Amino acid sequence: MSDYISHDHEHDGIDRRGFLQCMAWAGTGLLWTISGGVLVSRTLAQIAKAGAPLPATDLSFLQISDSHIGFNKDANKDVTATFQIALDRINAMPTPPAFLIHTGDITQLSKPEEFDTFDQVFKSCRTKDVFYVPGEHDVLNDGGKLYRERYLKSVEAKGSGWYSFNKNGVHFIGLVNVLDLQAGGLGQLGDEQLEWLEDDVKGLGADTPIVVFAHIPLWTVYPDWGWGTSDSERALGYLKRFGSVTVLNGHIHQVLQKVEGNVTFHTAMSTAFPQPAPGTAPSPGPMKVPAEKLRSMLGLTSVQYKQGKTALAVVDSNLS
Amino acid sequence: MNTLNPRNKKMALLCAITFLNLSIFAFAGEMKEVDTTGNKQNRIEIKDFAFNPQTLTVKSGEKITWINRDEEPHTVVSVEKQFKKSTALDTDQEFTITAGAPGTYTYFCSVHPKMTGTIVVVKS
Ligand SMILES: [Cu+2]
Repeated sequence: MSDYISHDHEHDGIDRRGFLQCMAWAGTGLLWTISGGVLVSRTLAQIAKAGAPLPATDLSFLQISDSHIGFNKDANKDVTATFQIALDRINAMPTPPAFLIHTGDITQLSKPEEFDTFDQVFKSCRTKDVFYVPGEHDVLNDGGKLYRERYLKSVEAKGSGWYSFNKNGVHFIGLVNVLDLQAGGLGQLGDEQLEWLEDDVKGLGADTPIVVFAHIPLWTVYPDWGWGTSDSERALGYLKRFGSVTVLNGHIHQVLQKVEGNVTFHTAMSTAFPQPAPGTAPSPGPMKVPAEKLRSMLGLTSVQYKQGKTALAVVDSNLS
Repeated sequence: MNTLNPRNKKMALLCAITFLNLSIFAFAGEMKEVDTTGNKQNRIEIKDFAFNPQTLTVKSGEKITWINRDEEPHTVVSVEKQFKKSTALDTDQEFTITAGAPGTYTYFCSVHPKMTGTIVVVKS
């Protein structure tokens, strides 16, 4: 992968290039920092060894993705258990996140009982505020009706469920790119949502940090497997003038990273099962790994923003 | 049971087509009772995010069955909305329709729209 960042802007002697090359695939915890629009990284293990908590910041939130409650095949016979482990990790964080973002595929088959199980297990999470976007698995048979009834209560959602909100000077945008997909195509935002987006960011200053989250990657990861969004270019066009844009996606069950100008694209691990690296298997279906390796390929993503510094730190940590 | 219908272009044909399909449906029903399994098996396997065979030719009135062999749910959706779409098929779940009037019917998986297939219906 040639997209990994190899700059070291922190000068603390960590060979980031090495970490990025091997650990992004292995899913080991990494701390990403955007500094002047450039990403640098440091491992979670490094921070833990130093005994220091993560730096105090004005806002920290957490991304959780692809819990696939209801999946019970070989790749993970108990996705509820691994989801619970993820919640335990959140509860154990020294600085609890202000809120969570769930980037979709809450369930495997959009069944009411799967949503029920998710909600039941989620009750153990100490962080109660969650902002959701749907995955294709959450909208299978009803176009997302049940999903919208359950998971958009705390936001002013428009259309098929997109919305925005502000926290600590950061503008968050939750987009829906899993509905009304066209034969032969990729993920899709659609005209109505794109027009809303253009309008939504119109009044914002260019120095407003933007965080965009959606299920399917908003960059072209691997079109042969449908890992991309056909009209994401138009969305990114509206965000071009901003100095700091962080795009958080799920769907591909692995950490991938790309930086394009001021825009950082990041995909999170699943809490349910890993998927193969692009093109390394006949299909993108669930990847079976040795039992002892599974939890190292599942995880969470923590994001921190320090007001006035245009800096976001993005940490991927696995569940092993 | 769902029946394939090419998109009607002329209202004048509507009655005739509807009548034709009703007869085909009745015909297919009768044949099932007599169990003429001399008919070839019109099965489409969904495996590794693909429909196999990708193009299937059947006779009017024959049944077509899709079966999902992946661990991922898939759907069968007519591109031109010419037949009722399947619900999401979990592993080993099947979906069956009865072929209606002759024509070419393209379909895709609405969960993974890269997956497309074609049914060609010929006169029985
Ligand atoms: Cu599919």
